[in-house]
Amino acid sequence: MSALETVVPGAAPGTVPDTIASTGQDQFSGPDVHGHFGQYGGVFVGETLMAAVEELDRVYRKLSKEPSFWQAFDHDMKHYVGRPSPLYYAERLSKQFGGAKIVLKREDLNHTGAHKINNTIGQALLAKYMGKPRIIAETGAGQHGVASATVAARLGLECHVYMGAEDVQRQSANVYRMKLMGANVIPVTSGSRTLKDALNEALRDWATNVDNTYYIIGTVAGPHPYPMLVRDFQAIIGREARAQSLQEYGRLPDALVACVGGGSNAIGLFHPFLRDSDVAIYGVEAGGDGVETGRHAAPLSAGKPGVLHGNRTYVMSDANGQIMETHSVSAGLDYPGVGPEHAWLKDIGRANYVSVTDTEALDAFRMLCRLEGIIPALESAHGLAYACKLAATMRPDQFIVVNLSGRGDKDIHTVAKIDGITV
Amino acid sequence: MSRLTACIDAVKAANRKVLIPYLVAGDPDADTTVALMHQLVSDGADVIELGMPFSDPSSDGAIIQLGAERALRQGTGLHTVFGIVSSFRKTNHTTPIVLMGYLNPLEAIGYDSFVTQAADAGADGILIVDLPVSEAQSLLALTRPRNLDMIFLVAPTTTESRLDAICENSSGYIYYVSLKGVTGAAIIDTGEISERVSALRQRTMLPIVVGFGIKDTASANAMAAISDGVIVGSALVQKIGELTDSGKRDGAAIAGSTALIKQIRQSLDA
Repeated sequence: MSALETVVPGAAPGTVPDTIASTGQDQFSGPDVHGHFGQYGGVFVGETLMAAVEELDRVYRKLSKEPSFWQAFDHDMKHYVGRPSPLYYAERLSKQFGGAKIVLKREDLNHTGAHKINNTIGQALLAKYMGKPRIIAETGAGQHGVASATVAARLGLECHVYMGAEDVQRQSANVYRMKLMGANVIPVTSGSRTLKDALNEALRDWATNVDNTYYIIGTVAGPHPYPMLVRDFQAIIGREARAQSLQEYGRLPDALVACVGGGSNAIGLFHPFLRDSDVAIYGVEAGGDGVETGRHAAPLSAGKPGVLHGNRTYVMSDANGQIMETHSVSAGLDYPGVGPEHAWLKDIGRANYVSVTDTEALDAFRMLCRLEGIIPALESAHGLAYACKLAATMRPDQFIVVNLSGRGDKDIHTVAKIDGITV
Repeated sequence: MSRLTACIDAVKAANRKVLIPYLVAGDPDADTTVALMHQLVSDGADVIELGMPFSDPSSDGAIIQLGAERALRQGTGLHTVFGIVSSFRKTNHTTPIVLMGYLNPLEAIGYDSFVTQAADAGADGILIVDLPVSEAQSLLALTRPRNLDMIFLVAPTTTESRLDAICENSSGYIYYVSLKGVTGAAIIDTGEISERVSALRQRTMLPIVVGFGIKDTASANAMAAISDGVIVGSALVQKIGELTDSGKRDGAAIAGSTALIKQIRQSLDA
């Protein structure tokens, strides 16, 4: 056993994580039994899906209290995903800004190249337990689709991935990866042809094939219990980061930064630190051309409470309540809603939500390539861009943990195109 | 007693089946929707379900989503929907209208404002597809004093424990979803539906109408035989889509697009 593993509190292999074991004690142990985080969350789906959602809630509440479930999860995290992921001090990058140390939680080093696999491994265990032979998933950038195809291949499950037709074009490498692993990728041509439309289509498939199908939602959105269970699987990021900070720096970080689309990598990092009131928390949304232009994907920064895809949360909708099209250079952040727990954390003031523009994210992308030899996902580059600004305002004895949620191999065509280069 | 309940009681007393067409408000435009509604009444519709178009109709199939997209391209909003209802009510005071849609537009204008405007315009019932009974209490608290009926769906997957809550909170009628899937899907198993509808009868005195997948006289007759009536949506919206494509808006074209409802009426009454 490595030194890192020995210090992860409450997460020795096969124990129920303490974030789950501590039931109903304070405001951060939500959601309530109806899936509410304050006024957010809940279950807003068609009647056909209600039984499936309630069954999933029952199964997860039971399994998540069993050490054997977490033993299986932890085993896969170590031997299949390659966890724990390192906490890496980006020294040259930090020195550019002369302020706080920027420390990267390297989720990009996971198998399949992003944090998404943490969730799909967990949900695949649920699908297997529930005896569902067929899984479906929606995907934006393709990372969740790849992670779903991966676990399906490993467990011998049939896998169908819904992906907006526009995203199929801009993420063709990930489409091919999914196909290599035996998944059926279905381009969605309705609506705006992006992630939200893929989610609609996946919900329709689920309603039609509800008897034999498990829907692996890729983020902390959707109807309860998804925001809760996806968070619990992703919280391994924050549990590790917390223990690694204590071990390597002898204290907790001064700030956490993560990009927020649906918000799964962010809540995964944030959740184990919510009770640590001295740790500042920043979620970074996709500002697109700038929030003031209206061309963005920043519902927490510029949206209002509403209901989309099964939960109440901040959404980008017009005066008539129609969902607006979003704009971001990053397909994975191009979504008009956000996980309900983030909506609640914003309202109670425990987390701060900010945005950076496409241009700022691209600058950070290039800077990390040049200074640290790491090509980040464009999603993660949003978090990084804000962390750089934040570091400059802080002291050198302080440190920031940034979730480097994915690697950028999938984005090189997008960046090359912006640079006018054909790869 | 609400206009909706009185209407359905009268249909049942006459030993007839309830026929409820669904169309999308503002598809292809507001004036044509009003004309279509009057035409549907003369074709034999007892109640009209008026769809409030939404950008992300995840419980609907492709046909109704396209109808919603056509309406949204015209800038249709809730104010348009209320305008259509008011306009229809200028000459029709008897045919109940049920507003059917998704929750986010209500969230945007506020439940209170929605209920007030819907009731003032002359709507009779509300059916919000993505609002299960468990989340509906705050809306129910506003609709009851205004005598607006709240209609909920019962699906083939609905569990026993949910049935009680649905029956308890519903008024007007129960909308039984004929199949697992979205609107406009194909396969209906009459035997299973018959059993489920009978089981529902043990729990509620409310009328039970069947929808999803009813597209012709044969499927309408089969479903009406085991229930109090049928809802016809996608098959009609498909015809209205063809009307849009034709560019015609005259009386003959409008009557042509609703001919299916007339046929189903005649078949149900035969």
